[in-house]
Amino acid sequence: MSEFPRWKVIWLWALTLVCVIAAIPSLTSTMGLPWPASLPEPKVNLGLDLAGGSHILLEADPSQVRQQRLEGMEESVRTKLKQDGKSIRISDISNREGALTFVVAEPSQVDAVREAVLPLTSGAGLTGQRDWDINVIDGNRFMLKPTDAGVNQAVTQAMDTAVEVVRKRIDALGTKEPTIIRSGPTRIVVQVPGLQDPQALKNLLGQTAKLEFKLVDTAALPSDVAQGIAPAGSEIVPFINPSEGGGAPAIAVKRLGGIRGDQLTNAQQTNNQQTNEPVVNIVFNSEGGAKFAKLTTQNTGKQFAIILDGKVLSAPTINEPILGGSAIISGRFTTESANALAISLRSGALPVDLKVVEERTVGPDLGADSIRKGMIAMGVGTLALMVFIMVTYGRFGVYANIALVVNVLMILGIMGIIGTTLTLPGIAGFVLTIGAAVDANVLINERIREERHRGRKVIQSVELGYTEASRAIFDANITNVIAAVLMFAFGSGPVKGFAVVLMIGIATSVFTAVTLTRMWVMQWLRRARPADLNL
Amino acid sequence: MKLLKLVPDDTNIHFLKWRVPFYVISIILMAASWGLVLTKGLNLGVDFVGGQMIRVTFVQSPEAPVVELREQVAKLGYGEPVIQRYGKPNEISIRMKLPEGADHDAALSDRMARTITADIKQNHTDARIDGVDSVSGKVSKELGWDAFKALGFAALAVAAYIWLRFEWQFGVGALFALVHDVTLTLGLFAITGMEFDLNIVAALLTLIGYSLNDTIVVYDRIRENMKKFRKMPMPELLDLSVNETLARTIVTSLSMLITLTALLLLGPDVIFGFTAAITLGIFVGTYSSIYMAAPILIWLKVNPNSFVPTESAMDKQERLARERG
Repeated sequence: MSEFPRWKVIWLWALTLVCVIAAIPSLTSTMGLPWPASLPEPKVNLGLDLAGGSHILLEADPSQVRQQRLEGMEESVRTKLKQDGKSIRISDISNREGALTFVVAEPSQVDAVREAVLPLTSGAGLTGQRDWDINVIDGNRFMLKPTDAGVNQAVTQAMDTAVEVVRKRIDALGTKEPTIIRSGPTRIVVQVPGLQDPQALKNLLGQTAKLEFKLVDTAALPSDVAQGIAPAGSEIVPFINPSEGGGAPAIAVKRLGGIRGDQLTNAQQTNNQQTNEPVVNIVFNSEGGAKFAKLTTQNTGKQFAIILDGKVLSAPTINEPILGGSAIISGRFTTESANALAISLRSGALPVDLKVVEERTVGPDLGADSIRKGMIAMGVGTLALMVFIMVTYGRFGVYANIALVVNVLMILGIMGIIGTTLTLPGIAGFVLTIGAAVDANVLINERIREERHRGRKVIQSVELGYTEASRAIFDANITNVIAAVLMFAFGSGPVKGFAVVLMIGIATSVFTAVTLTRMWVMQWLRRARPADLNL
Repeated sequence: MKLLKLVPDDTNIHFLKWRVPFYVISIILMAASWGLVLTKGLNLGVDFVGGQMIRVTFVQSPEAPVVELREQVAKLGYGEPVIQRYGKPNEISIRMKLPEGADHDAALSDRMARTITADIKQNHTDARIDGVDSVSGKVSKELGWDAFKALGFAALAVAAYIWLRFEWQFGVGALFALVHDVTLTLGLFAITGMEFDLNIVAALLTLIGYSLNDTIVVYDRIRENMKKFRKMPMPELLDLSVNETLARTIVTSLSMLITLTALLLLGPDVIFGFTAAITLGIFVGTYSSIYMAAPILIWLKVNPNSFVPTESAMDKQERLARERG
């Protein structure tokens, strides 16, 4: 037990050394010293509460994805039945209440319709599961209901796309080192360090940027539109800015036959040459350009609405076919909002609306203040503690103190190597770990005192001190690990950071306070062979 | 060098003599804490009730104009703000409930924060906005539930571990001591009106871990002594164990006090409540491991033979063989 063979000594020192060396980059960076770029840099990341920055939690509404699927299915069914050329007429189409329903006019055609619709309803998934359930009610009423599995898969896809879109938009803002991760089935966590004002970011993320061009239903009566009643095949869309509609708050547009503005190669904020008003210039890709050309050619002289996220930006008249593949969007923008729209359009539309459900922003001054105060408190606390331990345990206290310093460096080193984040509560975790690490040495040293007092020999007392105290140290540390693991599992951001420091600290403190000090004490005993202990 | 010895050797204090009065006091304090938490309530932060918290430092003023700010913010029409100091007198947090309908329209709460910060900046040129926390109703409910689960699971898990390592009576004792510590800390938060947020939950979890440190050290010694002194009556044995570990208890408590005081006085203002909770908890924990966790073993009638190693069949054969020579 008391023997420390050479290989063990070397091994312990090597392990200690590696962790301590790994701590150096973290130390220099917290103190603001330079670090040569040619060397690897296993540095502790500072959490947003220390570095300053914004943490934003975005949430999507899965029912929106369900509705989108219903609308998409309606479009597909219509197209499919038209293509079949069997002159199948359907009516009473509805996509409300979570299902697409329609009535086949000729009951004899029900089987033909079923055959036509069936390929649309099997999922792209490999599991062979159906994305839609088909039911026929009352002989000729079809009901297509999306299955939960199908919707879930669509939500997952939508969220994957949303993460990509969010990343592109944040990159466009030019912020450094953003963190964007999925959190649960419908959430995205965005963390941007060092951001003074997250407003621009939130504006950008809050904009779905679904751009549509739809024909205005000029047959709709203004009185109906005002009351929100849409003619068959049309829908009422409000103006983003009522003055654009010449006083009318909303306008009726044809539900079908429009095109989406998602096939773009570029979007730029420019100024209108005549009015000098900020506008957005969009450039279609070849497919989008062809669609836009077709729309404008077939509807020259008619009015169409430019709709952004369900609101009409403007409703100009098509004076001539637009064949060049680019268009100007106006809508009483400011330079900022036009620029934000251009970024959003460039990055593509979000497949779902995202809402900010949690935001935490810390100014860089407060963060810097916290680090400074945390470091001072830690320094003063540790020094005072070391003095106390030294006057209480003498030589044994010095060993405990060296172990303490090694412990702090090891925690920093390990945090750097595994790339964890130091948060504000994490600093408190550090201080606590220091207190707890000392407890192990207190337990051991008090036990050695006790055994000496009972009249045991020096070497026996030391050995008993370590073995007898180890049991309690072990049990106490296990309970701390249990608490820390649960904190990690249920905690959010900063609390997680605290739990990580605690867990690392528990492991390193057992190593430094028990294993290392025992090695030092045993080596000293063998060298000096003291007849009595000053303890 | 003469070393510092805070506790003399061979103390023989009859701690357990006072176990009944201390139990009565503790139970009254616990009941009072629960009463306070239920009637006065905790000053829950935005983490648990939703809403917004804006931190402002008035850089050039010795003190934040709290009264003026309260009127000024109330005038904006978003309801009454809760304004509190944290840390220095010129650092305040302004808390607002989320405006009605904010769960459906995120822009509403955004606009509220923007209006308030713009208004403060306009009226106070030295105001520095240090941070904005905005939590929706849905997320705050989840955070509250997660915190509750974490605390509950942690308490049960560590109690189960103690049961596993010792006996069921020890598990019950540890659990009771733990509930005692957490309850009194909650009572402190209710009585002082310090803000109760996610960080405090982390503090309570830490407390669960660390207050058990003491309990385990005492229990470990009790177990050891139960093996050694088979015939000693329980109260005497508990007193002996507490006395034997007293020096360690005092030195460790002082060590913790030294570091935590440094953190309380010099540390970041934002985590003052967090540090305060842990500081109080550590001391309540030391007390409870002596007066709550130990005496309960008498009442729960720990079997004195619990930790006597039973003789295996092989041991018996060997012993008999030795006796036969």
